[in-house]
Amino acid sequence: MSTMNTVGRPTTPNAVLTKPATLTGGRGLLQNEGLIFEGEGWGKTGVDLPAPKGDGSDLGDLVRRDPIGLPGLSEPEAMRHYVRLSQKNHAIDLAIYPLGSCTMKHNPRLNEKMARLPGFSDIHPLQPQSTVQGALELMDTLSHWLTTLTGMPAVALSPKAGAHGELCGLMAIRAAHRAAGHGLRSDKPRNKVLVPTSAHGTNPATAAFVGYTVVEIAQTEDGRVDLADLEAKLGDDVAAIMVTNPNTCGLFERDILEISRLTHEAGAYFYCDGANFNAIVGRVRPGDLGVDAMHINLHKTFSTPHGRGGPGAGPVVLSEALAPFAPAPWVVNTGDGFKLVEREEDEAGQAFGRLCAFQGQMGMYVRALSYMMSHGSDGLRQVAEDAVLNANYIKARLEDLMSPAFPEGPCMHEALFDDEWLKGTEITTLDFAKAMIDEGFHPMTMYFPLVVHGAMLIEPTETESKAELDRFIHAMRALAGAAKAGDKDRFKGAPFHAPMKRLDETRAARQPVLRWTAPDGSNMAAE
Amino acid sequence: MRYLPLTPDDREAMLAAIGVKSIDDLFVDVPGAARLDGPVDLPRVAGEMEVERALGALAAKNATAGNVPFFCGAGAYKHHVPATVDHIIQRSEFLTSYTPYQPEIAQGTLQYLYEFQTQVANLTGMPVANASLYDGSTAMAEGVLMATRVTRRNKAVISGGVHPHYVKATETVVHAVGVETQALPAAVDAEAAVIDQIGPDTACVVVQTPNIFGTATDVTKIAEAAHAAGALLIVVVTEAVSMGLLKSPGEMGADIVAAEGQSIGNALNFGGPYVGLFATRDKLVRQMPGRLTGETVDADGERGFVLTLSTREQHIRRDKATSNICTNSGLCTLAFSIHMSLLGETGLRRLALLNHEKAVATRDALAAIPGVEVLTPRFFNEFAIRLPKPAAEVVEQLANHHILAGVPYSRLAPDAGMDDVLLIAATETTLDADIQILAKTLARVLAN
Repeated sequence: MSTMNTVGRPTTPNAVLTKPATLTGGRGLLQNEGLIFEGEGWGKTGVDLPAPKGDGSDLGDLVRRDPIGLPGLSEPEAMRHYVRLSQKNHAIDLAIYPLGSCTMKHNPRLNEKMARLPGFSDIHPLQPQSTVQGALELMDTLSHWLTTLTGMPAVALSPKAGAHGELCGLMAIRAAHRAAGHGLRSDKPRNKVLVPTSAHGTNPATAAFVGYTVVEIAQTEDGRVDLADLEAKLGDDVAAIMVTNPNTCGLFERDILEISRLTHEAGAYFYCDGANFNAIVGRVRPGDLGVDAMHINLHKTFSTPHGRGGPGAGPVVLSEALAPFAPAPWVVNTGDGFKLVEREEDEAGQAFGRLCAFQGQMGMYVRALSYMMSHGSDGLRQVAEDAVLNANYIKARLEDLMSPAFPEGPCMHEALFDDEWLKGTEITTLDFAKAMIDEGFHPMTMYFPLVVHGAMLIEPTETESKAELDRFIHAMRALAGAAKAGDKDRFKGAPFHAPMKRLDETRAARQPVLRWTAPDGSNMAAE
Repeated sequence: MRYLPLTPDDREAMLAAIGVKSIDDLFVDVPGAARLDGPVDLPRVAGEMEVERALGALAAKNATAGNVPFFCGAGAYKHHVPATVDHIIQRSEFLTSYTPYQPEIAQGTLQYLYEFQTQVANLTGMPVANASLYDGSTAMAEGVLMATRVTRRNKAVISGGVHPHYVKATETVVHAVGVETQALPAAVDAEAAVIDQIGPDTACVVVQTPNIFGTATDVTKIAEAAHAAGALLIVVVTEAVSMGLLKSPGEMGADIVAAEGQSIGNALNFGGPYVGLFATRDKLVRQMPGRLTGETVDADGERGFVLTLSTREQHIRRDKATSNICTNSGLCTLAFSIHMSLLGETGLRRLALLNHEKAVATRDALAAIPGVEVLTPRFFNEFAIRLPKPAAEVVEQLANHHILAGVPYSRLAPDAGMDDVLLIAATETTLDADIQILAKTLARVLAN
């Protein structure tokens, strides 16, 4: 019997016996939101523009006559549509987002504010250079921070993401080999790139994209590059090795100096995938490890937001040997101002060309520099230390229940587990990940790296508090206990509490439906 | 440091839980010779106020488009973006989320991507579009590579109307894999010249409309010629708003559209981040680069969305992938999609007409100046003029008068012998007063 107030309104809840499905598909705060194409927005607009005077008839037959197929929303409708959608997304601002290798850290809003200063956001890439001296100075300052932190002499800023940076690095390497008479179409071609089996998919994809044959290097039992295998595969047909360090198992390559020595002795270059620079920034300079080229994901280490998968930025630091081959454009400090060199032909260098229309991701440069200046060199060193500390803390607190892939010694910024500990439970890594969703957490990276069976790669980053780590660890331990206790249904059907149940990916791939189409099929599409 | 939550006590407790004495014990795998003893030689930690002051000072040294009469285009355009757009893209759930690998807790992202793909498909007049590439220029490079996969031929014929930086960015990448390009000489009305160059080894023909000189072209005949020879037609569009007024590439027979989407929803940003739009025909989908979102159902039969056809992509196919792209232009696609949803077809058509009108008014004002010759016969919101002096000098002089008068063609292609050509763009943001000031000042500069 519930308590009543004076007008008969109950002030304590009744006991709920069953949880009925809702009648309309809504679920409390979670709204059921259709596609914009399914509303009544045909003909509507949410932007007030002056009425045009003409109809474009001066363009004659060039004018588009048929309907385009774009519904419109008034401003309040647009706001609702996107806010409703937003509430179906996990986000770093909501809870730990421990995707290994992705470095989901706090995104300071100061960086957003700085990038939106009109002096950076409202300038055109082809304005006279005399009118954008501050922008060029910012690029020069960012270059100084990046080269100092990495101990490398040069940087190419323009690549637009990590994979684009890999492309930049490998093209510089190609150009250097060609200049030395070992181009792909020469008599003595260097046409192979060695890549460890644990590498990110982008590494072999980039090497192949540029025309190289990819050869895999074996891994030792302790999760590092197999030196003997590397030595056996290095030869005068090898252009480069691509090694991630710390590697994708979350381990520092102990033999890194030996790896670079062997590589250089064989006449090849050392490309380092810098996706995990977050673990060592301020404590180790890749230049001291013998690296010739390394991309830096500004959206990982330097916290420009991931924005659900971009935009990123992937500047590439280069050694003396590769610096002359960097692509246009680049900034030069002339002493009485800054100059953007837009054509490699204008300089004596041997630049390999150009990677994009303009000068790269200025919006990301501003955010990254804002982040770096905020931390300073001391704060950045602390970033690496706390990132590594947090990962090791998670590893230490879970290793009695779950099986670390490489139990010996510390990990770096991410803790890797395999699915050995789930043996006999019939629960897979995927099931376990989906059950984490029910507990309010974004799962770790699953099934990567490929060298570990049923991999679970957990990267907390340095911006998680001890309290949040403990909350995460508590949930992981509770789930691990449930898995071992045979509470199978909790995992097999998960998630139960997310905006959606598990989705059928096979159906999506077999019968691809990649766009909305009107029920009558006409929908104003072209075909 | 304000972004680091661990206290010294936390760190001590955590080191103890791990079973080590100091943080250095966690870095033991780093060779001694490569360990830094202390912070590198850069400034130390700084508060918000200091950072804001320092970066604000740099920003203040730049002349912003919104503060001056502004006529720059050539692949990046100043448009008004509704305040709603920037507000929504800064919501945590969009700004601070990752690629939607766990679809059950990423439906917000996946649904807007599906809507984005549909908007881009309909805008370009193509059946299917992907979830974005980095920008228009890298989209063109990917388009050429895709065409070589589809046709198993090895040569691209590129019109002299394509943005020179797009050509350079494409050639840099495709030459690396041995694809040949034939870039035709620059000309204001260049597109039709590609027809004579199509041969049995041509994988694709690349044309741009409106082209770098602003010329709008019906490319239907080029499509027919390409198809007759078994080649694909790639249409490049650098000003997405133009498709609100001009016939769509799909309608004119394009097989691949590689476009820059910056104009819708995104700021100038000194060149990036922008958003590459990429659309194609249904039967070519499996050769497409980049991410795709598709419709499916969940275990309860409810409609939902997932990333799909990922067997084309690097994280599955590794060295056999159609492209190496991973991170794309996520948040810029959201900005594009919100702005497009606000515009709707009605708003987009109106916006496009306004752009055209402003450009026509600008042309009329400049055509009246002695010594100025208008070169572009039919255009959307950008056109080329010939000046009696080198355009770069004139632009610099006008900048001294606080007018950003356009882009000298020589800045893009110094060797083309077109030092006297100036590219001028106008948009809905252009005021009549801006046009008058430009015309008056240009006349004065030319008279001196």
